[in-house]
Parts: sequence; structure tokens; C-alpha cells
Amino acid sequence: MSLAPPVLDALRQKIRRIEAGDRVARGVLPFGVTDIDERLPGGGLALGALHEVAGGANGALDGAAAALFAAGILARTHGPILWCINRRDLFAPALAHAGLHPDRVIYAEAGSEKAILACFEEGLRHGGLAGVVAEVAKLPMTPSRRLQLAAESSGTIGIAIRRWRRQTEATDFGQPTASTTRWRVTALPASPLPVPGVGRPRWLVELIRARAGECADFEVEACDQEGRIAVPAKLVHRPAQADDGRQRAIA
Amino acid sequence: MGANAPSLDTPLVLIGHEGRRRVVLAADQAARRAGLSVGMPATKAQALVEGLVIFDADPEADSVALHKLAVWMQRHYSPLVTVYHPDGLVLDITGVAHLFGGEDAMLKEMIRKLAAVGCGARLAAAPSYGAAHALARCVANPTLVLEDGKLATALDLLPITALRLTAELPPALKKMGFERIGELNSTPRAPLALRFGSVIGIRLDQAYGRASEPFDPIIPPEVPHVRRNFAEPIGAPETIARYVGVLVEQLCAELEVKGLGARKLDLLFYRVDNRIEAVRVGTSRPVREVRRLTKLLCDQIEKIDPGFGIETMTVTAFVAEPLVYRAAASGLGEPKVEDVSALIDTLSNRIGESQLYRLAPVESEIPERAVKRVAPLAPAGGQSWPAHWPRPSRLLDPPEHIETVALLPDHPPAAFTWRGLRRRVARADGPERIFGEWWKHEAELAAVRDYFQVEDEAGERYWLFRAGDGEDLKTGSQKWFLHGVFA
Repeated sequence: MSLAPPVLDALRQKIRRIEAGDRVARGVLPFGVTDIDERLPGGGLALGALHEVAGGANGALDGAAAALFAAGILARTHGPILWCINRRDLFAPALAHAGLHPDRVIYAEAGSEKAILACFEEGLRHGGLAGVVAEVAKLPMTPSRRLQLAAESSGTIGIAIRRWRRQTEATDFGQPTASTTRWRVTALPASPLPVPGVGRPRWLVELIRARAGECADFEVEACDQEGRIAVPAKLVHRPAQADDGRQRAIA
Repeated sequence: MGANAPSLDTPLVLIGHEGRRRVVLAADQAARRAGLSVGMPATKAQALVEGLVIFDADPEADSVALHKLAVWMQRHYSPLVTVYHPDGLVLDITGVAHLFGGEDAMLKEMIRKLAAVGCGARLAAAPSYGAAHALARCVANPTLVLEDGKLATALDLLPITALRLTAELPPALKKMGFERIGELNSTPRAPLALRFGSVIGIRLDQAYGRASEPFDPIIPPEVPHVRRNFAEPIGAPETIARYVGVLVEQLCAELEVKGLGARKLDLLFYRVDNRIEAVRVGTSRPVREVRRLTKLLCDQIEKIDPGFGIETMTVTAFVAEPLVYRAAASGLGEPKVEDVSALIDTLSNRIGESQLYRLAPVESEIPERAVKRVAPLAPAGGQSWPAHWPRPSRLLDPPEHIETVALLPDHPPAAFTWRGLRRRVARADGPERIFGEWWKHEAELAAVRDYFQVEDEAGERYWLFRAGDGEDLKTGSQKWFLHGVFA
């Protein structure tokens, strides 16, 4: 990208303007991790767009890491959040630990997949929310297109947590959708500690699809109390800080 | 009667005049058990039961009270409510039951609410009004929900007195050998009609759902109400939506005069075939905005079946509250607060009010009790959960039993089997000991749970606990459970 001549850059911007039509440019929400941000078009997660997150391995069924990943992203926004669910196993204290204050999150417990998608779209269209999360199994092309357009019209960030009942259904994640980015978050063994115990959780975050961007995978440490993920110290060639057992990539 | 009321097991009857005789008009359970029945002469009742408490019946006060109850039912449950004199209410719950979690849950809630104000009731839900009437009086104890397919089998067994016939018909029919509705239903109609008139046939058809039975819902006189009749029946969704807009505009003008905002709206469609379709929406705050109310109502139009056309539409704001204006945030000092009440209204009318909530912390160490639901627009509490203990992002409810290999008393398991899959524990943290809340439940006096955060070799993290402290059986069963999944 950086090697592209300025002419190409100008052309890209022009195309983007034509594509955008009457939609407003919404900017991005950076992760604050240079490695990830420089791989995303615009330098961060696009606001006013639909993003998909799924868990890898067993996470495809429980969606535990995917939910925290989404919570971490939304913790860095301001305003109320709508979280659409149809199973009651989400544990709110964990979201609070990822920086999402309980006063901000409104839960909508819809009975069916169809109702969830309807609530999701309604939330995205409203415009007063900072973000909308929905836990869905199936996300066909047409609804995802509607969601993407709804998000574009209001500038609200939409995150679809893909979560299935059976491992075999998880192949559905390969089907095309209109979402802007698609992520898969898998749990990795936690950061090693000098003493027995479980360290800060680590995730393998795979960027499987990004519109106008490339795929990539990152090994990161899970959200801290402000919802920030971090790159483990050894990857950025720094000595581990031994004092509190917590490692930060960005000083 | 308040504190002076006789106790529940006192035989009590209400006496009134039937022609020139004084007869028993109503008897409570104790009196019925003692052998008294409605229609019996008052003197006979007095002779039969010692210590019988007698009051004069007051049908007018009864009917006023019943009407009040009907208005209350209309506010809480369904827009279509009417009074069946002397002792019943009829509710059309088509399309509203899901807001209360199904018909069964709805009826149970009604019983609970009525019991709280000292009202006993028996409720039945059935596909036809006639059947519900019969079942509520003969079978329901105290609630009964009849599915569509079982209507005929259930009705066949009921006595003919349950059929809403005039008082002189059942004895005459009994004399001819008819005991149950089923027998009456399988008899040829013509001779019956010749002797008793067409009423038996009509009541049978209504009970079995073969004939429709419209009723006029009550409308309390003081509520804002607008109505529109159509010269030609309308049916197209666009036309309906347009007139909804017109009616809402008129209603809002009426509300403005009174200084009110609508909290609950009923939109009724009177169809040409004498059926009434109803839409009910609610708002979280008093609203008088034409656009917002129109949107809420128009969202529900797809649930309406216009049939051969609609000839009258009415909109009633049956719950309206004073609308207080608030100053908008200036944007200079305080941060802008987004108003999401419109969205909350839309969603709660779609999925039900109870399905939309925020979760607030409760001061309890026990994970499943640490969370309570509050209304989505409740004022922000500002509180969060303590951050120093790890909590999983998915909590299993109830915790699932697992097989473990663990050293007692205070080691985490070395391996565990969950859902048929054996996992070897690579790293673990714990225990976090949580004591039972003995001030809430006697049984938790000694109860202990030891929680461990464990990580298997693939890096998946789980939250396990042992019920008990690993030594003393009084503290728990010493079995292991998986309670949550970490990210």
C-alpha cells in the first residue's frame, strides 16, 4: 500500500467517494495496536459497518471469546449498546471486566433468529446507539446486506457474533455475507507466569476477510479492563515486565 | 368488608328476590360443601346450615365492581374485554399472549395478581368464547389452556348447563335425557329447534367454533378515543397505514388539549364480517409525537388479517399520563445524552416488554445471584461488579456435573470429563472460596463452593467448582461442576 504512487491513492479515494454516495464518512475505531490497525483499511475497525466475529474450535459453540472481543471493541465507544441474544448464558460481570459498564448495555432477548435479526436492524437504524451486537447462527446474504446498509445509514457499529449449536454447522462461516470484516477468535494458552497459575488470556485473532484489505492473523493478549487488546511482549521484541505479570506492547 | 369479613371457611350466602320468593343467589365454597345451592329458598338454607351468614345481594354494586375489574384487565392484558353478567369477564387474547410468555403463563399471572387483591378466579383459554366460558366454569382449577385440536373432545364431556342457555332450558333438556354437550351436539337439530327455538343450535355452533361471536369491548368514557367509519371497506396495508396516521393525528390533538401523552394505545379494526382485530402498543414514556406513535402502530399492521375489509377503525389511548416537557441538553457543558426510548418502544412492542432489560449488580458472592434485571430505561446505577476476581463470559445455568481426577482438599483437578470429552488441565488458579448466604436460606448455613479457573492443553479456560470444602461432607456433596467458560 505504502509503495503505491499518489495517483493510485487519489484514484482509490475518488472511487470510495463515488461508492459512498450520500452516506457520510464515519471514520474508524482503532484497536490501538499498530500491527492490527495497519492491516485494516482506514487504520481501524470501520464505524457504520457490519462486522462478524466467531469463535474457533469450541468457541464456535460457546462464543465466549467472541463475546469478549466484541465487548472490548464497544468498551472503547461512548453511548448505549444493544445486545441481542436468544440464549441466557452471557454473564454480565465478564463484560464489565472487559470495560463495558453495565449501565450502558441493554439486552434484547428475542425468541428466534428472525426476531434477533429484526432487532439488530432496528438498533442499527436508530442511530442513537454506540453499537449493536447480535448473537446469530445463520446470517444469509440478504439480511447481512440490509444490516450493512442500516449501519451505513446511521454510523452505528454492528457486530454479529456467529455462534452455532453444533460444530458441523460452523462451516456456515465460509458462506459469503455483506459484512465489512470477518474475524475468528480462538483461545490460546495463557501468557506464561513465573509462578503456577493462569496468566493473562491470549487469543489467536484471525482477520478472515476485510473489504478492501487483506487477511491476517495476530496473536494477542485478551481485553484488559478498558477493552484494549495487546500484542504479547515477545512479538514486539521487548523483555517481559516481571513486576506485575502483565505485559503491554504499547508504552 | 375489610377486617370484619367472615373467615373463608364460614358458610356464606347472598339472598335476593326471585319474584316474591327469597332465594339464595350466590353461595361460597363452604356453603356449597354444606349442601346449599343457588336457587334454593332462603328459609330452607337457613334451616339446613347452622351459623349461616346471610347478606343481601346487591347486583348493581356487583356489576359496577365487575366493570371496574374489566377496565383493569383491559389496561393490563388485552384491548378486547367485555363483561359477562353476572359473574364473568371475556377477554380476546389473540396475539397478546406472547407478551406474557404464552397463554399458560398469562393465565397464571392473572390468577396471581387477582389473588393479591383477594379475588378468587377461574380462567380458561380456548379457541372459542363459548368453550372458554364452559371450561372456566366446569373444569378450570384454577387455570386451563385448551389447544385448538382438543376443542371437540373437551366440550363433549361438559354438562349442558355450561352452554349459556336461558335458565329454563337445561331442566327441560335433562328431562329428555340430555346430560352432556356432546349428546346434544350429535342429535339432529331440527326437532330441537322446533321445540326450543334456534338458541341451542347457535350456542352449540359458537362453543364448537363453527360460528363467530363478536362482542363489543368496553371503552371507559374518560379515555381519549378517536373513531373513523369507512363508506367502503378498506383492506390494503397502505390504506390502513394512511388512516392509522390520520387517526393518530386526531388522537394527538385530543391528547394535547388534555396535556397528556399516551402510554398504551389500542388500535381496533372492525371487520365487515363482524370480527374485531386488535393491535396494542405501549411506550416507555408518555408520547404525543404523531410520527413515533404512527410508526409503532404501523409496525403491527402485518399481524392484522383484514378479511373482506375493515369498516371502522378506532384508536384509544387507554393509558395516558401527563406529559412533562424537559429542557434539551444545551451541548455546551453536559455531554449529549442519546434518547433511545423510541427504539426501546419499538423493540418491546415487537418482542415483549419483559424481554428487554439491563443487568445490574447485586451484592452477592454467588455468581448466579450477582445479576438482576432492571428496566432498560431505569436510571443508571453507576455500580459495577468488583473487578478483582475472574468471571467467565458464559455462565452455565445450572452448573454441569463433571467427572474429575483431583487431589483433596485444596488442589485443582488434574483432568476432567465434560460432555463426554476428557480434558487434561495444564494450568490452574484457585481456589476462590464462596460461602453460602446463610442469611437467605437455612440450607446454605454450612455450604461452601471452591472455584478454580483451569486451562486445558489447547488453551481453553473453564470455571470449575467443587461443592464443599473437600473435607467436611456438611459443606457440600464434594462433587465437581463446570460453571462457566472463559474467553
